[in-house]
Amino acid sequence: MEPAGRRTVADLALQTDAIGTRPAADRSRVLAKLKFSDLAFHGLTRAAAILVLLLLSGVIISLIIGSWPALSKFGPGFLVSERWNPVTENFGALAPIYGTLVTSFIAMLIAVPVGLMIAMFLTELCPQFLRRPIGIAIELLAGIPSIIYGIWGLFVFAPFLQDSLQPFLISVFGNVPVLSALFEGPPYGIGMLTAGLILAIMVLPFVTSISRDVFSAVPPVLKEAAYGLGCTTWEVARHVVLPYTRVGVIGGIMLGLGRALGETMAVTFVIGNAHKVSASIIAPGTTISATIANEFTEAVGDIYTSSLIALGLILFVITFIVLSFARYLLLRIERRIG
Amino acid sequence: MNPLFAGRRRKNLVAMGLSLTATTFGLGWLVLILGSLLWEGFSGLSLAVFTEMTPPPGSAGGLLNAIMGSLLMTGLAVLIGTPIGILAGTYMAEYGRRSRLTSIVRFINDILLSAPSIVIGLFIYEVVVYPMGHFSGWAGAIALAVIVIPVVVRTTEDMLTLVPDSLREAAASIGLPRSLMITRIAYRAAQAGMVTGVLLAIARISGETAPLLFTALNNQFWSSNLNGPMSSLPVVIFQFALSPYKDWQALAWTGALIITFAVLALSITARALATPRKSS
Repeated sequence: MEPAGRRTVADLALQTDAIGTRPAADRSRVLAKLKFSDLAFHGLTRAAAILVLLLLSGVIISLIIGSWPALSKFGPGFLVSERWNPVTENFGALAPIYGTLVTSFIAMLIAVPVGLMIAMFLTELCPQFLRRPIGIAIELLAGIPSIIYGIWGLFVFAPFLQDSLQPFLISVFGNVPVLSALFEGPPYGIGMLTAGLILAIMVLPFVTSISRDVFSAVPPVLKEAAYGLGCTTWEVARHVVLPYTRVGVIGGIMLGLGRALGETMAVTFVIGNAHKVSASIIAPGTTISATIANEFTEAVGDIYTSSLIALGLILFVITFIVLSFARYLLLRIERRIG
Repeated sequence: MNPLFAGRRRKNLVAMGLSLTATTFGLGWLVLILGSLLWEGFSGLSLAVFTEMTPPPGSAGGLLNAIMGSLLMTGLAVLIGTPIGILAGTYMAEYGRRSRLTSIVRFINDILLSAPSIVIGLFIYEVVVYPMGHFSGWAGAIALAVIVIPVVVRTTEDMLTLVPDSLREAAASIGLPRSLMITRIAYRAAQAGMVTGVLLAIARISGETAPLLFTALNNQFWSSNLNGPMSSLPVVIFQFALSPYKDWQALAWTGALIITFAVLALSITARALATPRKSS
């Protein structure tokens, strides 16, 4: 594994005899060599650490440079304009931003309660020997590549929704004043709701595994005290575990949200790619990442490409804020546990 | 029975029932997805998939060039990303444990770890593809390497921090210089965990599609030329699945089956490797 040159030096260092019996000049030469390689290694590791920093700044700087033509042409109006016309080269980011937020919101609405319930099951209810296998199985959901969710969503899940859930929602809520706007239009199968549901499945393991980790870090003595007062399992979870772990749970939720905001392939398959803001969640829409994935290679003209990179910059800024917040919260709870 | 107690008990029963339902719900998706992958993709699995090129619509073919492209770019990405990741993780765990730089790098690394991969693709497009003037396998490999680095940094740092300090002290006491102490003692003690990190990174990038879409693009033909556009399994799945041709869609399912089981096998291996370390 080690390069041959270093091995001889190392052997000298490890075998005291070899150094001891050698002439003094030889020994100092070996030591000098060691000192040099020590310094070099230190420098190398430091450089690698700094490279990680440069990577992130590189991402930010290159996105700003790339998006500059579009941002300077459209100004702040870029953020609030719904137009997206490659022919007249007139672009605005409202529809993708709206789609990104709506699909992520649907995803979190489902994934958070379900994820917390699974975490509760794993830490409080599940028999010991099943905890690991079930935990691993849930985490495997996170390991499935997102393109698989996409192909599955397009060919299996969307047709299913089109035949069952969506007609049901339309008929039930069709005549309710406010909700009817949410479920307006024909059931296409694909659309924001489908994307949101698939995102929910993808985000679920993140929420579950972090909640489970912080749940199991609650000092047993607290739970025992509550049980001693005669609390039920649910009451212990609701009034002892959850308040104690709140910060960590929110961190986990934010981490999941970051994932949902930036998810590309799964959404690209099922979102429908319509550049319009629609109140109905069963209507096709688009998200930032789906727009980039679909149009980037076909974008002709600098302003078109630059607008897509500007979308990327917006996405990165949003996820950066969400992820920083998640890390801050998780760090806080880590300190308390550790 | 006291009615108040009965009410609380009922509430508890409902909550427990819900948590059981939630777990079945979560596991159900895994079964459903893997089930439909097997159902749709298994029939297409044949020797031809591994020996023939991606076909034009309407004729038979396989996924050979896509598989090769994926292997080549993944391999290169690991070769580029792993050393950088390990060195950076080493700095954080061994040299700069309390330094300011370490805490900043740790934070930045965590952000990179969960940054949207399509943004990484845009970044590589800006710094590699655009200056070079064309899409290339190199650009794809570099994009994937950028995704490998944070995974490896994270696991390397975590695993090296787990190595007991008494080992380091013992090494120092026999006069071993620091670099040798790290490479010969600490690395050896943390070996299993570090291998896990690399395996996880491979699992992560082998299914990545978004960063390859506009870095390596795609190529219908056999190509080992890293300077030209290169085909990869995820991108082929993307393209074939969205096409209107039935035989392309079938091939996409087969490709999806191959990728998923390769990735799951990798992550299960990684987990199995990591476990004994953690418990000891």
